[in-house]
Amino acid sequence: MEAAVREGVSEAAQVSLPRVIARLDIKSPNLVKGIQLEGLRVIGDPAEHSLRYYHEGADELLYIDIVASLYERNSLADLVEKTAAEIFVPLTVGGGIRSIDDIYKLLRAGADKVALNTAVVRKPELITEASRIFGSQCIVLSVEAKRRADGTWEAYTDNGREKTGLDAITWIRRAVDMGAGEILLTSVDNEGRQKGFDLDLVRAVGPVVHVPVIACGGAGSPEDVLAGFTAGADAVAIASLFHYKKITIPALKGRLAEGGIKVRK
Amino acid sequence: MSEAKKVVVVDYGVGNLHSVVKALRHQGGDVTISSDPGEIAKAERLVLPGVGAFGDGMRELTERHLVEPLRAFVTTGRPFLGICLGMQLLLDESEEFGTRAGLGIVPGNVVAIPPKPGLKIPHIGWNEIAPPPGKSFAGSVLAEVPERTRMYFVHSFAAVPHEEYRLADTFYGGFRISAAIRKDNVTGCQFHPEKSGPVGLRVVSHFLG
Repeated sequence: MEAAVREGVSEAAQVSLPRVIARLDIKSPNLVKGIQLEGLRVIGDPAEHSLRYYHEGADELLYIDIVASLYERNSLADLVEKTAAEIFVPLTVGGGIRSIDDIYKLLRAGADKVALNTAVVRKPELITEASRIFGSQCIVLSVEAKRRADGTWEAYTDNGREKTGLDAITWIRRAVDMGAGEILLTSVDNEGRQKGFDLDLVRAVGPVVHVPVIACGGAGSPEDVLAGFTAGADAVAIASLFHYKKITIPALKGRLAEGGIKVRK
Repeated sequence: MSEAKKVVVVDYGVGNLHSVVKALRHQGGDVTISSDPGEIAKAERLVLPGVGAFGDGMRELTERHLVEPLRAFVTTGRPFLGICLGMQLLLDESEEFGTRAGLGIVPGNVVAIPPKPGLKIPHIGWNEIAPPPGKSFAGSVLAEVPERTRMYFVHSFAAVPHEEYRLADTFYGGFRISAAIRKDNVTGCQFHPEKSGPVGLRVVSHFLG
C-alpha cells in the first residue's frame, strides 16, 4: 500500500479517528443513570434520548442493559429494533449477553456490535467462537476495572460488584488474541462520579492492544473527555454529561476540536 | 405517482444485512432480500453487502451459485453497489489468509492494512473521503457528498484498484486507502453508507436514483 501524500502534506500523523459515543444505561423501560453510592436515577425514555443523540451527532450509540445480570439475559432487542429503524450510526449493545444465539438475535434486531463481559469471563472460548461466526468487528470486550492496592487493576463483572480475580490488562490482552475487536473500558472507581476517567488505566491499556479502546465512565466535563482522548482512548462513551444536559454533543465536539481532537462534525 | 425503487439485496450469509436493508427502505427503496440467482438476474438495482473475511464471502457466493449471476448482472448496465466486503469482493483477488480469487469485476487486488506501531487495526471510525487528484464525485453515488466528509469505516483489509477506478480515497496511518471505487454501473463503498448518518443516507438515496 502506498504512503499517502495529499497536497504536499504528509498524512503520517493520522492514526486516530476519535469517536464520541452516547451511552444509555437501561433498566427497561427507562433510561437511567447510576450515581455512586446513591443508586439509580430515572432520566426518561430511552428511544427518545437515543434518537435525539443520533440527530445531534453522536458518532455511535451504546445501550447497556444494567439489570441483565439479575435475569441472566439481555432485554433490549425490542428497543434495538425500534431505534435501529431510525438510527444510522453504529449501535453496540451490552448487558447479559450470554450466548451465540443472544448475539444473533441482537444483531438481527439491528445492533452492529455486542459488548460481552460476564459470559466471556466465564467462558473465554466464546470470544473466539463469536468472532469467527460474526467477525471480530462485532465483538467488544467490556471490562470493568477496579484499582487494587498494588497499583494494578482487577476485572469485575455485574456493574463492578463481582470480583473475577483476573488482572485486567492480562485479561484484555488475552481476549484480543482470542478475537475481540474492541475494548469497552470502564473504571469502576470513577464511574458515576463525574470527576474524569481513570487516565492511568487508559494509558495502561491503549498501547498494549492493537484494537481500539473506548474509555467509559466518569466524564464530568468536556475537559475530562479531552483528557481521555489525550491519554490514548480511541473513543469515549459518555452518559451523565449528555443525560443531565451539561453539554450538547455539538458543543462537546466543538471543544474537542479546539483541543486538537479531530472528531466528525 | 413515483415509481417504487426496487432493489435486491444479496443474502449470502455473511455479515449483517439488516442495517443496509433498513437504510434502503428508509430512503424509499422497495427491498427484496434474496439469494436466488433468478431474482438477482431480474433485479433493477443490486446491492452486495457484507462484513468479514474475503475467503468466507467468496466461498458463500460460490456455494450458493451466485458468482456467475453477479457477473452477468454487471453486464446489464443496471446499478450495482458493493458495500465493505461487498466492495472488496469485486476485485480480482485478496491476500487474506492466502490468495483468494474475487469476482474479478474491477481490476486490482485486496491487501491487509499494514501493521505499524501505534496504528489501531481495524481501521474503525469516521474518516474523511475525497476524490483522487483531478477527479470529482460528480455523476457518482457520492455526488451530494462534499469532499472531505467523514464516513464510517470498519475494516482491516483494503482494496487497491487500478487507479482509473478509484472514486474516493481516505488516509489512515500514512496509507492511502480506497474508500470508493467505480467502474461504469458498478460502485463500491468501503465505508458503510448505512452507518454514516444523514450524509450516508444521501449516498443510499442517490444509488436508488
